[in-house]
Amino acid sequence: MKRLELVDSPYLVREAKVCEARQMTKSERYLKIVLKDAHDLDHEPGQFVMVSIAGVGEAPISICSSPTKEGYFELVVRNVGKVTSAIHKLEAGDTVGIRGPFGRGFPVRILEGNDLLFVAGGLGIVPLRSLVDFVIDNRRDFGRVNILLGCRTPQDILFRDEVALWEKRIDVNFSCTVDRADPEWKGHVGVITSLIPGVDLDPDRTFAVVVGPPIMYKFVIKELLKKGIPEKQIIVSLERHMKCGVGKCGHCQIADYYCCQDGPVFSYDEIKENIEAL
Amino acid sequence: MDKYYRLNKPECREFIAGLASKYKVVAPIKKGEKNYVFSEISSPDEIARGYIPTIIPPKKYFFPKRETLIEYDIRAQRQRAIMEYEKLIIFGVRTCDLAGIQCLNMVFSERPRDVNYLIRKNKLIIIGMECWDYCDEHAICGLMDNHQPKGGYDLFFSDMGDFHLIHVNTLVGEEIINSVGVFSPADEKDLEKLEKFREKKRKTFKSSMGISHQQLKDIFADAEDAKVWEDLGERCLSCGNCTTVCPTCYCFDVIDEINLDFKTGERFRIWDSCQNEDFAKVAGGESFREERKGRQMHRYMRKFKYPLKKYSRYFCTGCGRCSRACMADIRIKETIQEVIKEKGLSNEKAGIS
Repeated sequence: MKRLELVDSPYLVREAKVCEARQMTKSERYLKIVLKDAHDLDHEPGQFVMVSIAGVGEAPISICSSPTKEGYFELVVRNVGKVTSAIHKLEAGDTVGIRGPFGRGFPVRILEGNDLLFVAGGLGIVPLRSLVDFVIDNRRDFGRVNILLGCRTPQDILFRDEVALWEKRIDVNFSCTVDRADPEWKGHVGVITSLIPGVDLDPDRTFAVVVGPPIMYKFVIKELLKKGIPEKQIIVSLERHMKCGVGKCGHCQIADYYCCQDGPVFSYDEIKENIEAL
Repeated sequence: MDKYYRLNKPECREFIAGLASKYKVVAPIKKGEKNYVFSEISSPDEIARGYIPTIIPPKKYFFPKRETLIEYDIRAQRQRAIMEYEKLIIFGVRTCDLAGIQCLNMVFSERPRDVNYLIRKNKLIIIGMECWDYCDEHAICGLMDNHQPKGGYDLFFSDMGDFHLIHVNTLVGEEIINSVGVFSPADEKDLEKLEKFREKKRKTFKSSMGISHQQLKDIFADAEDAKVWEDLGERCLSCGNCTTVCPTCYCFDVIDEINLDFKTGERFRIWDSCQNEDFAKVAGGESFREERKGRQMHRYMRKFKYPLKKYSRYFCTGCGRCSRACMADIRIKETIQEVIKEKGLSNEKAGIS
């Protein structure tokens, strides 16, 4: 056997440094990361990276910061497995491996000049935040902006400070609902679909961007179609098991698509025929 | 102009021995009653006669079962991407397996390219071997149109009775011919004989499935709701034999392993199977193919429907290995017949050829 060292392997990990780390909720940890080999990650909103912990493994994680914030990127990681629990042990100053950015992000150039309706359920706010912040930082280029956020309980709301600012802004319409309220909660109670009928929108010029747990899509999309939003203007981001990120390992396949390369962002008309997609 | 050589049968031994003295040569050898494996040979006598597709296809040389991708030193935070390869000659590759390698080539050269695979593939020399008849009742190479050689080799052997006719497809192949001086150029008569053999072969390999190569994609186009998947789901044991032995299955898992010094380790990939229960399970616990029927459907769709858009070809080579290896007697021929029965070959569909 002969051995070669590869400089162009797609599995080669980029060295990065954690410059800020904090616990957001019991199960979600926030990380701010800078690359050592480049000034910027240069990603599109909606793309993801593979986070690598040597000796443990890799996990696909959505980038939650907008590319308008240069010089660093942010991740929110839910502790659900071997790799993510190792990521949860990272502190400021630690080194971490990064591959990517990977995948097809949100179609920002197509969204430009249109009204936007963001629908985020639970952890869906994490990938969606990269687009919300992008839109806010380029606010003039977009039409009306509606943000709907649904969480299980008020304690589960991520980015609470930022969400409070969205609520105050005059250039976005923000509504939030929780499945179960607590005594202090003054907002809506109910599933996220209950917010959709009340949104005032022009369906022909509205793009709906929906990110949430698998179960949410079917119900939300039904409501959006009822509103008259065309299928190709409903944008979703899908979660799948991934091992390689480069369209080879097969785990993330949805019919003829590889979620890691052809997605994770799809328009509803692209995937509605695929029985496994939603 | 296509170049052909002639090798008399008695000199075939000399050729193999000559090859084995210069290169590492692997070829099908007998393993047990009806099983064959690609394995290193040192003498021509070891090569099996009349072998049917080997248990594992030659994909194991292109895409090893386990392969290191990254080596690292945890304390020093150093990592290197590496690959290992071996120059070898694969002798006796049937046309079904040549087709399988071509499928893998397409997948791994799709961008972002898999450098490990692509470097290794160029270190391997392929010598093909023609079949004149179906190897057994499981093969559907006729239906898959993989019974005829369509490139993918350096040299290709056709057994003509008392001699072999060898087609040279590459310069590497020509070099091998020149380095072992037992060949003589083929003449017109030899080629006429080959044409006659191929004519007869076309009849032999006529598919008995009642469906054409082109029609296959029509019946699988909307086969998601076929009842046959329920039946397969009930019989399937989720053992993953079918995907392990499939020449076009390439799914893998990526795993980290720390060495006993607790300082160094490696990240490797290892063959995985879409038939495993947790294959499509995400971190939150949701599995997108929880039931066996869905996983079996996925396997068939990945052969007969999904690859058509991206690669314009079926990812079934017709080798029949999945049927031979299945512990629950799931047979690809029967599955296709069931789909035909359910989806039917309408006149309109039958008209497309």
